[in-house]
Amino acid sequence: MTTTTATADPAAEFLDRRSPLERARGVLHRYPALSPAIVLVLSVIVFGQLNDRFLALSNLSLITQQVAVVGTLAAAQTLIILTAGIDLSVGAVMVLASMVMAQVASGSGAPPVLALAFGLLVGMACGALNGFLVTRLKLPPFIATLGTFNVFTAVALLYSRGATVRGGDMPAVMTWTGTTFPVFGVRVSTGVLLMLGAYLVLAVALSRTAWGKHVYAVGDDKDAARLSGISVNRVLLSVYLSAGVILALAAWIQIGRANAASPNVGVDMNLDSITAVVIGGTSLFGGRGVIWGTLLGALIVGVFRNGLSLAGLDVLYQTLAVGVLVIVAVSLDQWIRKVRK
Amino acid sequence: MTTIDDTSTAGPSAVVPHATPVLQARGLVKTFGRVVGLDGVDLALYPGEVLAIIGDNGAGKSTLVKCLTGAEVPDQGEILLDGEKVHFKRPQDARAAGIETVYQTLAVSPSLDIASNLFLGREVRRPGFLGKVLRLTDQAGMRESARRELRELGISTLQDVTVPVENLSGGQRQAVAVARAAAFGSKVVVLDEPTAALGVRESGQVLELVRTLRDRGIPVIIISHNMPHVFEIADRIHVQRLGRCAATITPQSHSMTEAVAIMTGAAQA
Repeated sequence: MTTTTATADPAAEFLDRRSPLERARGVLHRYPALSPAIVLVLSVIVFGQLNDRFLALSNLSLITQQVAVVGTLAAAQTLIILTAGIDLSVGAVMVLASMVMAQVASGSGAPPVLALAFGLLVGMACGALNGFLVTRLKLPPFIATLGTFNVFTAVALLYSRGATVRGGDMPAVMTWTGTTFPVFGVRVSTGVLLMLGAYLVLAVALSRTAWGKHVYAVGDDKDAARLSGISVNRVLLSVYLSAGVILALAAWIQIGRANAASPNVGVDMNLDSITAVVIGGTSLFGGRGVIWGTLLGALIVGVFRNGLSLAGLDVLYQTLAVGVLVIVAVSLDQWIRKVRK
Repeated sequence: MTTIDDTSTAGPSAVVPHATPVLQARGLVKTFGRVVGLDGVDLALYPGEVLAIIGDNGAGKSTLVKCLTGAEVPDQGEILLDGEKVHFKRPQDARAAGIETVYQTLAVSPSLDIASNLFLGREVRRPGFLGKVLRLTDQAGMRESARRELRELGISTLQDVTVPVENLSGGQRQAVAVARAAAFGSKVVVLDEPTAALGVRESGQVLELVRTLRDRGIPVIIISHNMPHVFEIADRIHVQRLGRCAATITPQSHSMTEAVAIMTGAAQA
């Protein structure tokens, strides 16, 4: 604000002199899930035109099942990114938790509930370690989780001795997440429902509780949050712990989806989860975004991969398309963030 | 030149000399290693007044305010709120006691809306099961309170409390910060350089807001470098110099030039 605006016509600032493009940017700014929603609808229409089989109910059901694991990881990732952090260890935490679940369930003859509880504990312990490194040792989240990514990956391999546990060797509860049941002729998988449940809980917690507001406030401006009386470290720690809980859920869904627990599958999913978050309109700078956007982002990636493969293109074109999507999404985010008044 | 005349212990020279100070500091000393930040400062804030604190850089303005608002703990001296001794260890302590501070770096969260910012850190939960067990917040109630608060403060430009704060102008953001400080039955509002980053008209709006606060009976401490603003708004002026209170003057008793002279040590009160 300079004196020139102050001496100008006082009514001038109330007149909306923005161009249609700026106005559109304002709307996208206010509703972060809008742009991924538009992209998802458009891509479904386009891929539906390219191939008849794409819009078949069985194919759409398959897409949701393919998205379930990454989608759940991305829900945890969204929480972290909202606080202006990043978690490179989500895939590794999931793998470690799934190995613990599978080993306990198959080897010891313990009840499957105990196996799930152990997996949950592992997820929370990993989250607690990440949270400790970020809040107490003040490490940048990127570095902290880069370190724990390697640690968790190695521990998972050491613990499992590199061996895959097959689904048939585990009680049925462990692979229950992979089962499907018909709803109006569509095969719906339990894992997908669990993922949606996680999104629903997070959506309510983020938008309707004080904790949710504090997560946004911490990601927005840490110092402002502290001066408002928010315990920043406590919020951060709770975010990493909650992420650990969601990652344990992802581990269960992964066991069902793969009908096995393997120490080698899923470690690289951290980048896929970040991709979904970013395409979903959540800002890597924190404080901006909605959890539903991430679900849309994960679905967009799933639709692109499935659609391109149905179109008969090489798998490398899927990777290429996802890469372009990320760059476009972040550029769009940068442009949208320029809105000021 | 270097003699410091401490007149504030004798009581204020104007406004309400017989009332009990809402906020009072006696003999505050604060040192940082070998640097003396405060060297025995006395200060009194009376009901319904705007007290400005002026002083050159390094005179101890910020340290004084930090001691009053709990951001620093003084080495010696005492702070009284409504005549009762208080000990603030953290800013939250001062806030809980009713001293609200608006910091120079606005403590607002840009991407949250106005209502959320007003209630940030003290959200209201819904009654019954939804609030107690599910810990859901009362969004509608908070928005309604926010609207009422802004209306009472006469901030007419902020109609829609669901607008994110980052879409507001600098003056409007300052207004949100001030409204938050005033909104929760606070006893004292402290404003640190509230007009430093604002244009002429926006500064006027903020000063108007300060007057509204005072008229509602909330005493205000305002720290400012801007002499015209200080002389426009303040009932009394606490001149800080070399870690002590050089004088307490009023806009009527002294001119701006005289105030600056006291501030720099060129003259005594």
